[in-house]
Amino acid sequence: MLVLALVFLLGPFIVVFVAGFSGDDTLRFPPQQFSLRWLIQVFTVEAFQRSFVTSIVVALGSTLLALALGVPVAYALSRFRLPGAEAVRLLLTLPLIVPGIIVGLALLNHGVLALNLPVTLSLLIGHTTLLIPYAVRVVSSSLANLRVDIDDAAVTLGATRLQAFFKVVLPNIRGGVAAAFVLAFITSFNQVPVSLFLTGPGVSTLPIEMMAYMETSYDPSIAALSTLLVVFTIVLVAGTEKLLGISKYL
Amino acid sequence: MTHLVLDKLNLAYGKSAAVTDLNLSVAQGQLISLLGPSGCGKTTTMRAVAGLLRPVSGRIVLAGEDITQRPVHQRDMGLVFQSYALFPHLSAYDNVAFGLRLRKVAAAELDQRVRSAIASVGLQGFESRLPANLSGGQQQRVAVARAIVLRPRLLLLDEPLSNLDALLRVEMRAELRRIQRELGITMLYVTHDQEEALSLSDRIVVMRDGRIEQDDSPEAVYHHPATPFVATFMGYQNLFDWHDGALCAGDARVPLAVQRPARHLAWRPEHVAVGAPGSGTLDGRVLARSYLGERIEFLVHTALGPVKGCADLSAGWREGADVGVRLDPAQAALI
Repeated sequence: MLVLALVFLLGPFIVVFVAGFSGDDTLRFPPQQFSLRWLIQVFTVEAFQRSFVTSIVVALGSTLLALALGVPVAYALSRFRLPGAEAVRLLLTLPLIVPGIIVGLALLNHGVLALNLPVTLSLLIGHTTLLIPYAVRVVSSSLANLRVDIDDAAVTLGATRLQAFFKVVLPNIRGGVAAAFVLAFITSFNQVPVSLFLTGPGVSTLPIEMMAYMETSYDPSIAALSTLLVVFTIVLVAGTEKLLGISKYL
Repeated sequence: MTHLVLDKLNLAYGKSAAVTDLNLSVAQGQLISLLGPSGCGKTTTMRAVAGLLRPVSGRIVLAGEDITQRPVHQRDMGLVFQSYALFPHLSAYDNVAFGLRLRKVAAAELDQRVRSAIASVGLQGFESRLPANLSGGQQQRVAVARAIVLRPRLLLLDEPLSNLDALLRVEMRAELRRIQRELGITMLYVTHDQEEALSLSDRIVVMRDGRIEQDDSPEAVYHHPATPFVATFMGYQNLFDWHDGALCAGDARVPLAVQRPARHLAWRPEHVAVGAPGSGTLDGRVLARSYLGERIEFLVHTALGPVKGCADLSAGWREGADVGVRLDPAQAALI
């Protein structure tokens, strides 16, 4: 059973990973010959370059925005008995349940079209909406491991509530915040359904660009790009895990 | 000189009242205990004094100043939490220095004060340890040092010893008393442990259901409980109504003359002698026998209901045996 599960989990990765090193002209598995040709070639495709930058900017921006909003929300939910806290908690799970297509469509109709927002900005807003629940949930779980008493201790020692948060709470949930950052960043970076509606002429994210590319060409560059993205993700997760031990919060 | 006054304090969590019309005054340099079972309002009262809970009504006066509306961080009080509440990311030294750094105390003075606070709780050599690498007793000491280093106007302690094992608890009790004497600091000490309150306090305030039952010296609380609740809480496990010259329980009456009229009489088990049938005030049958090391305690079923009494180690009565119990009015607490 374990082997079967592993095959299901890792199989597609291995297929794509191997295909990325193909030397053929068209995508096929297993490749007839191996080379780094496509892995180098993808760096020269201008559409990929541009959309990669857009993806990074959007992922970074929306992740930071989601944390800036999500961390205080998680803190308030964990520390103060607020009226309607349960409703807020439930509300925050909505974007995880509601299909991204609906979020994208709603943002398209009422944001981009109604307000005539620039594409990058609407991508930023769309992704932030999507990421806030991740930020709140992950940060909440690390706050739950932290005793409420230490905030009170800090204020009895002369700190304001704000100082208590920055000097005592935040340093102790660093791991959780880092985990939320990585999770949110990757989620945004790989996002398709919301982005699909919000990308416009000239501005696109990498996954959308890859889909568009696949419709016209069927060469191994997509596999090569995917290989690079898998490596990028693994390095990001493994690096932060090593530095901050994020896995216990995910 | 009066240092702290609580004046008709009313406290509540949401809509449920926790403390009702509490009046209390604490003299400068005193160690006063709030003693009671959980839910009696003792911790709530302490949190209100610290400023962590806003009173519904009433006043809190410290050194002649009304501080009822003053925010927590401006109250200059030390609070030692039951959980210690040390900052996990800071070393023992930095935990103690936390309050001084917020007050922007100059480096040389800060270092001198932190080291002297750490020395006064006997933790030299542990300055660089993180809380996770300290034992419970050591964490407790850091928590005390962190509070006293600020020379607070009042030191509040919330069941500070309840997470320690029995031996350490007794040791820390003496330590706290010594620190309190040395610094001449006024302390408000919250506990549910009678023995702890008796051994530490200048005064004990026994609380129940958000009200004060008795506010007295440890001796008075121990020997002259003011209410049936205090008597039972302080270990008078045999409590009977007394009227018209007799102990009463239901229809049963056992005539007993006392020095002065009282509504209740109460005895500690160690003051009730168990002997042969007919030897005591009334007879009964042994329900349970427990060996306490230096004596044997019996639970005896009598006409007045269950009575707990003691006999020396030679007593051979087993469950079901007929015995007599002596309720000596001279040994009773009159309430």
